[in-house]
Amino acid sequence: MRYIFALMMWLCPALAQAQDWEDQNAFGPASASSTLRVLSSTDTSLFAPVIEDFLQSRSGVAVEYFVTGTAQIDEVFRAAPEDFDVVISSAMDLQLKLVNDGFSVQIANLDQPDWAQWRNSLFAFTTEPATIVINRAAFAPESVPQTRQELIAAMRARPEVFRGKVGTYDVRDSGLGYLFATQDARASETFWRLMEVMGGLDAQLYCCSGAMIDDLVAGELMVAYNVLGSYVAAREDVADMLEIVLPLDFPTIMMRTAFVSSRTEVAEEAAAFVRHLVEMQTGQQSLEAFPLPPLSATTDSTGQAVISLEPALMTYLDPLKRRTFIKEWSSAVIQ
Amino acid sequence: MDDAVNVAGSLRARLALTLIGSAAAIAILLFFVVRTYAAQIAQSGQDSILEASVASILDAATLRDGDVEVDFPYVAFSMLSTDADDRVFYAIWQEETLLSGYELLPVADAPDGGEIVHVSAIFDGAPVRVATAARILVGANTRTRVTVSVAQTQDALAGTLNKISRNVGLIGAGFFTLSVLVASWATNSTIRPLERLTHSITRRGPKDLSPVARPVPLEMAPLVTSLNSFMARLDTSLKQSEDFIAEAAHRVRTPLATVRSHAEATLQRVEREDNRQALRSMVRAIDESSRAAGQLLDHAMITFRADHLETRTLDLVELVEDLVTRLAPVAEMKDIALTVISEGAVSVEADSILLQNALRNLVENALKYAPEESEITLEVGASPRPRVEVRDEGPGFPPDQMQGLAVRFSRGDNAKDTIGSGLGLTIAQDVATAHGGELTLGNMPEGGACVTFLL
Repeated sequence: MRYIFALMMWLCPALAQAQDWEDQNAFGPASASSTLRVLSSTDTSLFAPVIEDFLQSRSGVAVEYFVTGTAQIDEVFRAAPEDFDVVISSAMDLQLKLVNDGFSVQIANLDQPDWAQWRNSLFAFTTEPATIVINRAAFAPESVPQTRQELIAAMRARPEVFRGKVGTYDVRDSGLGYLFATQDARASETFWRLMEVMGGLDAQLYCCSGAMIDDLVAGELMVAYNVLGSYVAAREDVADMLEIVLPLDFPTIMMRTAFVSSRTEVAEEAAAFVRHLVEMQTGQQSLEAFPLPPLSATTDSTGQAVISLEPALMTYLDPLKRRTFIKEWSSAVIQ
Repeated sequence: MDDAVNVAGSLRARLALTLIGSAAAIAILLFFVVRTYAAQIAQSGQDSILEASVASILDAATLRDGDVEVDFPYVAFSMLSTDADDRVFYAIWQEETLLSGYELLPVADAPDGGEIVHVSAIFDGAPVRVATAARILVGANTRTRVTVSVAQTQDALAGTLNKISRNVGLIGAGFFTLSVLVASWATNSTIRPLERLTHSITRRGPKDLSPVARPVPLEMAPLVTSLNSFMARLDTSLKQSEDFIAEAAHRVRTPLATVRSHAEATLQRVEREDNRQALRSMVRAIDESSRAAGQLLDHAMITFRADHLETRTLDLVELVEDLVTRLAPVAEMKDIALTVISEGAVSVEADSILLQNALRNLVENALKYAPEESEITLEVGASPRPRVEVRDEGPGFPPDQMQGLAVRFSRGDNAKDTIGSGLGLTIAQDVATAHGGELTLGNMPEGGACVTFLL
């Protein structure tokens, strides 16, 4: 059956293009003897320097970079694991479940601390907190809220300012949004109160951080909750307009992870790519050259802890659990 | 005679092998028993965590509006984190329908009471341990059975087992090494009294047949008792035979001396020539018998003394000259000249009585076979080894019998008309051998025997 499918893909290039990529780019020479197909949730602009650095020392290798949403990655990759060599995603839970389900191979000679790898297959290469991004204009001259409680209080105090202008992930569509939401819910009841308040203010729901930032810049949004700060920091034009708040009550820190597909035909190059990626991100690199946030155990003195890579991440992926969670979330946010 | 003892096996080897062999067997047994036991403990550790996980999931199962909800806690899986990052699989069934999880996960039949059943299986190419439990949920008008299975790969367990195996292996090896040391010590201390007995018996003089007096272990007592009684019998028997020979020779010699003196006295009185002739023959025969008896005594004495020589430094030339002086009267009777040739003193470490005896026997032999009015030469030399050469002008040794002549009681063919016991050369040779030397027989090119006594 798979062969027939592959044949169809080969015969009708149009069909292969049927997948609706957010972005798709090719790096390296067209005449390359081997092509590395990277499936990723990270924007090309953030990742291109890494790929170019990787290709610099390797002639004869090309990289095809496919970008799509975290939930899509899981779906696409499970359907055709042989079509991709490296999978990169910010949805740690989905990544861990893929590895747990045997979709990955181990990578030798890549010693990472226990918290930054799972089964020597899944490797973390960034630590990125979920942040609250705020349009400074909405709060001037008052102080910008530093915790979820303060945000709730601010929104309750001036609902007319925020109505229709608060945004967060749609956890039904976004794998990362679902991960952030479940981890928040696990950490504190405050999350549910915040969701109820946001729901009451007719919250806008998004698929991805990029879209939320675009709307913040356009003035459509005043507050975006659980946005990846790194995406905002990467855009120099908005520094004056937007403020990135790391909530002080409890942090939710995600790690981008990568693994090599068990069905890859260029295992050596794929492993080399992941090794290169991890080494770049853990080594002393200038942030200007590589816009991806580095991998570090704690981001500041408040002792923020990252979401740990453990089988427990699979808990909220359980259909029964997911059904219950989405039901609760929907009743809070959509109302 | 072949002196080699018929040896079959070794007590030391047998003892050591038995001890080391049993130590090895015990070490191997220890390894497997401990490893199996540790494996059971490690497995029961994993089982109990799986049990807790299953229980926490099953506990969260509820019926709401006829639907089964299983809002299990985060900890249900987080408790399954291991150092080796083991993979986790699970399945939640309502009756025969999969609610969530891995459909192909092997599930054991679990009783309704919540009792947890464990099985080992292979899932997705990896060995897994599966814990399964079931529970009946009772609603308003429904009654349904929920089964929960949680499985985990065994990488961490295998790691633990490897570590345990390595440690137990080291302990086993240590135990074995210690046992080998103890075995060799035990073997040596068991064998030591035997070695001590052997040593004390070997160190004895050949004539020392006294009983073993040192304390010996109980097990060796019968052997030592037999040995003691055997030596006592041997001692008695040896003493008796030596006493007998000495007594016999002595007893014969004294009456012979009496008979000889009677014969001499009679010879003085008898006038008739044929009677005198008969008496002279008689005296000669008595002399020979007496000499033979003397030699027997000498031989017995030499046999006794050879085993514990009483050596001292003496001058060989002086000893030979002394001997010549004492034998001169006998030589004169046959008009034989005894000449000593030497180049100054020759100092030797020897038993003077034995040496005198041996040389006297050689000279007496020469006197016996040398013709009248001839010369016997005794040449004393120092190099390369101290030696005494006794040369006569007699018929010499029969060349073809020279080898066997020094054997006790054998005599040359040409000695038939000469009276003798055949012990002279034997005595000389025994003395030479006792001193680490040798006796060589030869003939002079111009005729006459030449005996070389080498020390």
